[in-house]
Amino acid sequence: MIRLDNIHFRYDDYTADFDFEIAKGEFVAVIGPSGSGKSTLLSLIAGFDAPQSGRILLDGKDMTRAPPSARPVTMVFQDHNTFAHLDLWTNVALGISPSLKLTATEKQDVDEALARTGLAALARRKPGEVSGGERQRVAIARALLRDEPILLLDEPFAALGPALRREMLDLVKELQAEKTYTVMLVSHNPEDALYAATRTAFLDNGRILAFEPTRQLLQRRDLPELESYIG
Amino acid sequence: MTGSSFSRSRLAASLPLAAIVLAVLAGIVPVALIGIDEGIITGHIIDAYVLRILWFTLLQAGLSTILSVALAIPVALALARVDFIGRRLLLRLFALPLALPAIVVILGIVTVYGRTGWLSSLIGSPLNVYGLAGILLAHVFFNLPLATRLLLQQLDGIPPESWRLAAQLDFTERARFRLIEWPQMRGSLPGIASLVFLLCAASFAVVLTLGGGPSATTLEVGIYQALRFDYDPARATVLSLLQLALCALLVLLAGQYANAVQSWPSLRRKPDRHDAQSPLRSLILSVIIAAAALFVGVPIAAIVIAGALATFTWSGLLHATLTSLAIALPAAALSLALAWPLAQASARAASPSWRSLLNLSALLTLIVPPAVLATGWFILASRSGLALSAAPFLVIAMNALMALPFALGTLSTSVQQAMAQHDRLCASLGIGGLRRLILIDLPVLRRPLGLAAAMAFMLSLGDLTAITLFGSQSLVTLPALIYAQMGSYRIDAAAGSALALALFSMVIITLLDKWAAKA
Repeated sequence: MIRLDNIHFRYDDYTADFDFEIAKGEFVAVIGPSGSGKSTLLSLIAGFDAPQSGRILLDGKDMTRAPPSARPVTMVFQDHNTFAHLDLWTNVALGISPSLKLTATEKQDVDEALARTGLAALARRKPGEVSGGERQRVAIARALLRDEPILLLDEPFAALGPALRREMLDLVKELQAEKTYTVMLVSHNPEDALYAATRTAFLDNGRILAFEPTRQLLQRRDLPELESYIG
Repeated sequence: MTGSSFSRSRLAASLPLAAIVLAVLAGIVPVALIGIDEGIITGHIIDAYVLRILWFTLLQAGLSTILSVALAIPVALALARVDFIGRRLLLRLFALPLALPAIVVILGIVTVYGRTGWLSSLIGSPLNVYGLAGILLAHVFFNLPLATRLLLQQLDGIPPESWRLAAQLDFTERARFRLIEWPQMRGSLPGIASLVFLLCAASFAVVLTLGGGPSATTLEVGIYQALRFDYDPARATVLSLLQLALCALLVLLAGQYANAVQSWPSLRRKPDRHDAQSPLRSLILSVIIAAAALFVGVPIAAIVIAGALATFTWSGLLHATLTSLAIALPAAALSLALAWPLAQASARAASPSWRSLLNLSALLTLIVPPAVLATGWFILASRSGLALSAAPFLVIAMNALMALPFALGTLSTSVQQAMAQHDRLCASLGIGGLRRLILIDLPVLRRPLGLAAAMAFMLSLGDLTAITLFGSQSLVTLPALIYAQMGSYRIDAAAGSALALALFSMVIITLLDKWAAKA
C-alpha cells in the first residue's frame, strides 16, 4: 500500500504536489511528458528525495523521513542497475548483503532468483557481456530476492524492443500476482500501461491530472494535456 | 568533403609538419652523432656519474609519484563526500600549482619551508628544503592536486543510480568504497601514476632550484649543467639519449593524459550520494580536506604576502617583463600557426595513418625533452658561431614547440566540429581560401583559438627551461630574473618579481577561464 498525503516538493523553481493512495497488490502505471515529475514521484516514495511537507505512508507506516534502506521498497532504474565489475550472481547477491557473506540457504536463494528470471546460465558473466534486457533481469532478480512489498520501476524497459518489453512485463506481472507486490511502473509508452496496469496516473507539470482505470484514461478526450501527450 | 579542400589542408599541414620534424631532427641528430663518436672513441659512454644521475632521476620520480598518488586518494575520497562552502574555490586552488609558473610556486614553497621560512621560524629550528626531501616536497605540491583532480573526475563519473542502489541496499561505508569507488578509481590509477612520473622525471625548475650537486641532479638538469657549466657536449649527449628513451617510454604510457595538466576542473554540482556521515567520520573528512587545503594554500598565500612585503627593483622588473612579452607573444603566435593547420588536417584526414602521423608530430615535442632539443640546437648554433644572436629565436621556437601539444589539444575538438559542420556547405557555396578563413573559420573558432593562444602564451611566460639553457645577461625574462635573484639569495627581491609574474599569469588564467566556460 502506498499513500501520499498532501505531499509538497520543491527543488530550485520546480514544484510537485501529490495526494493519492494505491492499494496493496495493485499494478499502477505512471505516464506523462518528460519533466512532468514521474521520476520525482518514485524518488519521493523510495526516499531519494524528501518532501517539504506532507506524509508518505508505506504499508500503513509513516515513512516520510525514513532513509531509503529502511523503506519496504525496491526500485529498478532505467540504467546502471548493475556494477560492471561484478558478475551477475554477485550483483543479485548484493540484494541480501552488501558484504556478500552469504549462508548456504541464501546462496540457494540467489540461484533460485536467477533461475526464475532466466539468468541461471549467465550467472558468471559480467554485465558488459550480456544484453540490455538481461541486465534489467538482474534488477528484477534482485527485487525478487529482497522481497519488499513495493516495487518501483522507473522506465526500466525503455531501451528494449517491443517484443522484449512485453516479455519483461509478463515476468513482472507474474511475480506481482504471485507475491501480491504493489507495483508502480513509470513508462513513456501508453501501450505498456494498457498491457500491465489496472490503473494509470497521468502526470503533467508536477501534478496528477487523472488517475483511473487505464483503458478509461486513454479514451478520455477532455484533457488537452493528455491529448497533446498521446498525440 | 571535397578533394580540393582535403589536399589543400594536407598541403597546409605539411609546412608545420616539416618545421616540427626539422626542429626535432636539428635537436636529435647532432646529439646522436656526438654520442656515437664518443662511444667509439672512449669505448664506454655510461660512467658512474651518468648512472648516479639516472638512478636519482628514477628514484625521485618514483617516490614523488607514490607520495602524490597515495596522498591524493584520501583527499579525493573526502572531497567526493563532503559539500561545503568554498568547495569550488578549493578545486580552483588545486589547479593553481600547475597553472602558475613553476618558479613562482617554488618561491612560495621556499618562503614557507626554507631555512629562514615561515615553518622554520614557527618551530624555531631551520629546515633544509634542498636535496631529495625538498624535491619530493615540491613535486608532491605540484602533483597531489593534479592527481586529486583527476581522481575526483573519475568519482564524479559514477552514475547517480549507483548511489541510489547503495542507499536502497544499505551499503556500509566500506561497501561503498569496495564496490563503487575503488573499481571506478582503479582503472585510472596506472594512467595517473605514469603521468605524474613523467612530469617528475622531466621536471626541470624544481630540481634546478632545490636540487644541486651530483647527488641530487636529474637527467634534465644534468644536461643543462653539462652544457652551461662544464661545456661537455659529449656528456650532455649521453644524458640526452637516456632522457629521450625514458620520456619516449613514458609518453607512450601516459600521453593520452597529458592534456589534463593544463585543463581546468569542471565545476559540477556534487552528486547526491544519499549517505549520512557520522560525526566522527565527518570530523576525519574535514581534517583531511583542511590539511590538503593548507598544504596547497599556504605556499600560494606566501607568494602574495611575501610579494606584497617585498622591495621591488622596478627597472629590472620592467626590463624583464618587456623581454618576457617579446618572447611569449611570438611564441604563442608561432605555436598557433603550427597547431591550427595540424588540427585542420587531422580533422579532415581520410587515412588513419596520416592522422596518426599528425597526432604523433604534436606528441614529438613531449617525447623529445626540451633539454635534448636544446642540446642539439646549442651544438649547431655554437658551431656556426651564432649562439648569442640566435638565442632569443631559439627560446621562442622552443617555447612554441613545448606549448604545441597543449595548443593542439585545446583546438582539435572544436576544429573537428567546425569542419564537420561547415565543410560541405562551404564546398557547395564555393567559399574557400582566405574568404572562408575570414567569413567562417575565424568567427566560429575565435574562442578556441584565443584559448589555445593564451595557453601557449602562459606556458611561454612561465618557462624556465629554454631561458636557462639559452639565456644570458642580456636576455632575462621574468622567470629567469626570479631564478637569478633566488640564486644570489635576494629572496626579498625574488618575492616581488614572483608576485608580478603571478599577477600577470592570474590575469591570463582568468581570461582563459572565462573563454573556456563559453567555448
